[in-house]
Amino acid sequence: MIIITILSFPFMLREPVDLPPIVSVELIQISDKTNIPYAPKARKIIEKTKKKEERVVSEQAPPAAKEKEKPDRIPLPDKKEEQKKLIKKKQNPEEVKPQIRQSSEFEKKEIIDTNQIAALIDKAKEVEAVKQKDNNKITQSNQKNSFASALTLSEEDALRAQIFGCWSVPLGLPYDQNLLVRVKLQLKKDGTIMKSEILDHERMNKPGQKFYKVLAESALRAVRLCQPLKVPPTGYEKWKNLQLNFNPTEMLKG
Amino acid sequence: MKKIFLLHLLFFFSFSKLYALIEVDITRGNLDPLPIAVSPLHVDVKSEKSQDLKIKDLGDNISEIIERNFRSTGLFNPLKKEAFVQKPDIAHLKPRFEDWRLIKAQALVTGKLLILNGKLKVEFRLWDLAAAQEMTALAFTTSPSNWRRVAHIISDKIYERLTGEEGYFDTRIIYVAESGPKNQRVKKLAIMDQDGFNTKYLTLGNELVLTPRFNPTSQMVTYMSYFRNMPRVYLLDIETGTQEIVGNFPGMTFAPRFSPDGKKIIMSFAKDGNSDIYTMDLDSRLVERITDHSSIDTSPSFSPDGKFIAFNSDRSGLQQIYVMRSDGSNVKRITFGKGIYGTPVWSPRGDLIAFTKMHKGKFYIGVMRIDGTGERLLTENYYQEAPSWSPNGRVLVFYRETKAGDKGAGFSAKLWSIDITGYNERRLSTKTDASDPSWSSLLSK
Repeated sequence: MIIITILSFPFMLREPVDLPPIVSVELIQISDKTNIPYAPKARKIIEKTKKKEERVVSEQAPPAAKEKEKPDRIPLPDKKEEQKKLIKKKQNPEEVKPQIRQSSEFEKKEIIDTNQIAALIDKAKEVEAVKQKDNNKITQSNQKNSFASALTLSEEDALRAQIFGCWSVPLGLPYDQNLLVRVKLQLKKDGTIMKSEILDHERMNKPGQKFYKVLAESALRAVRLCQPLKVPPTGYEKWKNLQLNFNPTEMLKG
Repeated sequence: MKKIFLLHLLFFFSFSKLYALIEVDITRGNLDPLPIAVSPLHVDVKSEKSQDLKIKDLGDNISEIIERNFRSTGLFNPLKKEAFVQKPDIAHLKPRFEDWRLIKAQALVTGKLLILNGKLKVEFRLWDLAAAQEMTALAFTTSPSNWRRVAHIISDKIYERLTGEEGYFDTRIIYVAESGPKNQRVKKLAIMDQDGFNTKYLTLGNELVLTPRFNPTSQMVTYMSYFRNMPRVYLLDIETGTQEIVGNFPGMTFAPRFSPDGKKIIMSFAKDGNSDIYTMDLDSRLVERITDHSSIDTSPSFSPDGKFIAFNSDRSGLQQIYVMRSDGSNVKRITFGKGIYGTPVWSPRGDLIAFTKMHKGKFYIGVMRIDGTGERLLTENYYQEAPSWSPNGRVLVFYRETKAGDKGAGFSAKLWSIDITGYNERRLSTKTDASDPSWSSLLSK
């Protein structure tokens, strides 16, 4: 063991450097004290905006149109009706019955009424028959549009592309952690968000889960910024509850 | 009847599937920096006058420092103040979120300050504009002359809240300030805030100084300088200005660095053309030999838990990086790529080792995992070396020299920083030419 003596030389002892002292800073958490409710003016503006949004919704789906429709039919946007008429002209009206027209699965879902299940079962065979007949005409997206999936590929892609644009991914996140954030949304018919919820929200406040919290907040920001979401014009019952799984792992690795 | 029952059953299952929750995977997003609005801090009218400070400008000045800090990260995009429609005092009370969303801001920083009884009180709030709610709010009390530090501390708190990792703004960088022609360089030890302000010189420039390194736990610095024409490792207390030579080695000592707990210095000691790695305990002054090999072992760096040491050695021919236990056992070579590897520095996070690589006349700064896999070269240049980590392990600072022309013309040495993703390469502003930077830990920690 070598014991080292310290050599101190007079020429080394210089005047202290004039550096600003490290002064301790007193920190006070003021969040609790300052979390005040909406200022009256801000509240008014928000309410005004909300009212405006509601009005837009009613313009998009006028209730009057609904009343005109038969109870077992769903309201379709004008364009669709035009398309339907065109198809009718092309096809033989005697061969294709109005009830078994080639409608999207969203429409079919709304056709379903628990009181009329029996009647629908009777129609099931006919639907199947027509489906087989028209099998060659069905596009790829229509195939996806089966009972197993509620959004067509193009609808899913449109929604995904919309959210890609709104989601500012926090770039400092580590890529080797499980950072999947699942957001459950309750949507209005126009795609605006009624309710948003982080499915593992208890993880947000656990110690050592700062990155998860940051990611979850960024996901919520994305859906709020994106609204109204690009949802299909029909089949509201199917997509009114939607789950978005935000997973940045691939991006962070890249 | 059976058929009807079966049909019912079939339909029930189809029906239940129909209402299954739709899931959409979002695996890509926007990589643009987060748009953030930093409102000037409101100066309270009750504020006292201060001799050295223009109180009126203080709110603007603090918000400008915060903005500059954010912009330097490459993660945030501070928006132009001309677009702001709400006054700072009202915004701080409760922002009109719609107004701020109109200018595409996603987060907003507001604040106010007051000087009373000779104390500066600054408070700030961070708002999530999409959610229309406060994310964090803090108040600080300090002496008015400390206002720059307050701006850096606020930046750190906001950075941590928005990214999930600690900030690195309330920090200093020590480096070698260089001046004069290339063959007669004057080299002084200098220290500055990480944003280039408050530069102070710690040595006079009479002796050559090299490789200054911060103690991660205190305001001590270790560096190499010359005593009686012999390179020696020194220890300097930057608050008192006292210096001492580390150890009484009968030869040259160099490449010093502190252990993560700040209680030991690890360095190289060279004698008779051989150099090995030693540690010295700063309390007991006990010296311990860590490597014993006929090759040149140097540039040691502890892992953050203090259990391992990375160093470079030419024991296999060309200089490569090795990792061993802190007692010198279990030495493993971790680099096998083409070229020469040197200056390994363990990340404060513990997951990466930064290094300098030389290959085919080019110098690279890179990072790799601690087992040597996943090598990523972040930047390439004519000459660059000496990476040093920011305290959060996200950014590297290093220096780069330009090629000198005839008689040393055109030569310069500057500090640069780069993100570990390889993006956001920036030059750090220094008053003179600069080399060998070392980043301190957070001052307010």
